[in-house]
Amino acid sequence: MSEEALFDLQGVAKKFVKGKEQITIFEDLNMQIAQGDFLAIMGPSGSGKTTLLNLLGGVDQPTSGEVSFEQKRIDKLSEGKLAEWRANNIGFIFQFYNLMPMLNAYRNVELPLLLTKLSGSERKKRVENALKLVGLADRAKHMPNEMSGGQQQRVAIARAVVSDPKLLLCDEPTGDLDRKTADEILETLQLLNTEFGKTIVMVTHDPSAAKYAKRTLHLDKGEFVTDPSANVA
Amino acid sequence: MSLISQSTAVIVMNVRSLPRRFWMSAAMVFASAVVVAILLAFLAMAKGFETTLQSAGSPDVAFFLRVSSGAELNSSMSNDQVNLLRNAPGIASDENGPLVSPELYVIVDGIKKSSQTKANIPLRGLGQQGIALRESFQLTQGRMFASGTNELIVGQSILNEFEGFELGSEIRSGKNSFTVVGIFTTGGNVFESELWADSRVIQNLYNRGSSYQSLRAKLTSPDNLEQIKAYIENDPRLNQDVQSEQSYFAEQGQGLSYMALFGRVISTIMALGALAGALNTMYTSVSDRSGEIATLRAIGFSHFSAFVGTMAEALVLAVIGGLVGSVAAFIFFDGLSAATLGGSFTQVVFQFELTTDLFIQGATLALIIGFLSGFFPAWRAARVPVIVAFQNGR
Ligand SMILES: Nc1ncnc2c1ncn2[C@@H]1O[C@H](COP(=O)(O)OP(=O)(O)OP(=O)(O)O)[C@@H](O)[C@H]1O
Ligand SMILES: [Mg+2]
Repeated sequence: MSEEALFDLQGVAKKFVKGKEQITIFEDLNMQIAQGDFLAIMGPSGSGKTTLLNLLGGVDQPTSGEVSFEQKRIDKLSEGKLAEWRANNIGFIFQFYNLMPMLNAYRNVELPLLLTKLSGSERKKRVENALKLVGLADRAKHMPNEMSGGQQQRVAIARAVVSDPKLLLCDEPTGDLDRKTADEILETLQLLNTEFGKTIVMVTHDPSAAKYAKRTLHLDKGEFVTDPSANVA
Repeated sequence: MSLISQSTAVIVMNVRSLPRRFWMSAAMVFASAVVVAILLAFLAMAKGFETTLQSAGSPDVAFFLRVSSGAELNSSMSNDQVNLLRNAPGIASDENGPLVSPELYVIVDGIKKSSQTKANIPLRGLGQQGIALRESFQLTQGRMFASGTNELIVGQSILNEFEGFELGSEIRSGKNSFTVVGIFTTGGNVFESELWADSRVIQNLYNRGSSYQSLRAKLTSPDNLEQIKAYIENDPRLNQDVQSEQSYFAEQGQGLSYMALFGRVISTIMALGALAGALNTMYTSVSDRSGEIATLRAIGFSHFSAFVGTMAEALVLAVIGGLVGSVAAFIFFDGLSAATLGGSFTQVVFQFELTTDLFIQGATLALIIGFLSGFFPAWRAARVPVIVAFQNGR
């Protein structure tokens, strides 16, 4: 799996210092993520799934090792450059949606576009398209607290894709949703992967959620353990 | 470019989320309002007092007192001295001779309408030209006192603030009694806190012989004071200090300039208290919004926008407080009449005066509170780690 690696992690170590104690999450992690992949990451609580996602998203830095995106190191970028990089390349989807409670659906989706030079009318077109994509065109004026969890997560997905990033990073995107709603969200993610070519990395506890992915990696004690049921394309 | 649209979006969100922290925000507005109102009250008081005294003094009137007497009540000068001073160089004259007014200054009792307490009122014995030396003088009711009679005219502020000075009233003081025959204004300045009568009548009734307490003289030019000082120096019979009437009143006005200072000290201390509360409000706001801040940072918003958003919130709250405080100060204090001890233990009636420059000082204080209470929390907001967005729960 080397052709067109979007992400390349080489010898990544991540340690946290908690008081006098040092916690090692990863000792020597190596992985590649190809363009167009839909990768599910599973593993027990505390195994470092969120930490890995944060490293990929430039939200956290490795203690040592290299994180490259399109052959460029991101682990050494300044905070300001990282923010810019995230704005250009990444859409985040969170377990608890993380919508701005004071903004309606439209304004929430528009947020990433405020970082671009797009004109007002271009922004409007993009926001409307993104809301249409997640089936919420008629909810543009609704506030987050007027929507169900599933609807809020759809707004969050629209927000994640509105600026057309290559990569979607999702941390337990269905963790807070019932089965039926979860399936709808996962179908939407699958659509984004197959029809729109988004590369997706999704952390989940839910084996049936992982089934929507092209492949699944199991993380345990800071290492990927081979899983026979993985690689169902 | 995008910094502006990012920051605008963050500011809009912060301001909209204010109701979520309604009471804390209201407390910050209130604290800043109180501090500004108190500052303005003191400044308005000092300003009003200063205006009342300063507008009374004219730069081209020379004012003579016995050496180091400080105020009229403690001064005295003989008729001979007055006659010598009358002929000093640089004094203007008209068809009646030099424009000078030798004056007496005694004290009568009055009852304040507001508190029903006794207070000292100055009764001034005016020379023939006394009126001519007060350009703002206007008789509003009745007529002038006639020379040689127990008649007096009453300043408008005395009429307003004290009992029994209406036109036609009889005023008793010790064994003497006077009739009020007129009411006058001098444009709101300190002379309106006085009663005026004929100087010779006062000499008589108060056993002053032919002596006076002060002398006013119209100068042909304000620059003539030096000449007059030299004239006094060269004549051993004279022992007077001379200065312009304006500078005399300016000195007297300093009596309340400590009010302005006191007001600044008090409001600074209170501002520190308000600041502590405001900091608490703003830190709460930042921790309340840390999830949102981190999410925005994950999306790619800058540190700067988080900083600006918090700063703007603090400034908005403090400025609203400043406005409320200014309006309250204006409603409660502007034009409020007060009487206080003036130069010679007499009452000076003056009005609190709120002017634009005082409002600017109030607004500045509000901005300082806003800036200081916003800066450190804004700094913290800018440093909220992006990981917070992923920490479960909100
Ligand atoms: N900032 C931090 N400081 C100290 N320890 C941390 C920090 N972030 C994570 N950890 C620790 O690192 C370990 C891995 O955390 P992580 O959040 O990546 O786990 P996870 O696999 O996402 O677990 P979960 O399934 O519960 O979300 C945990 O033991 C956690 O306590
Ligand atoms: Mg996690």
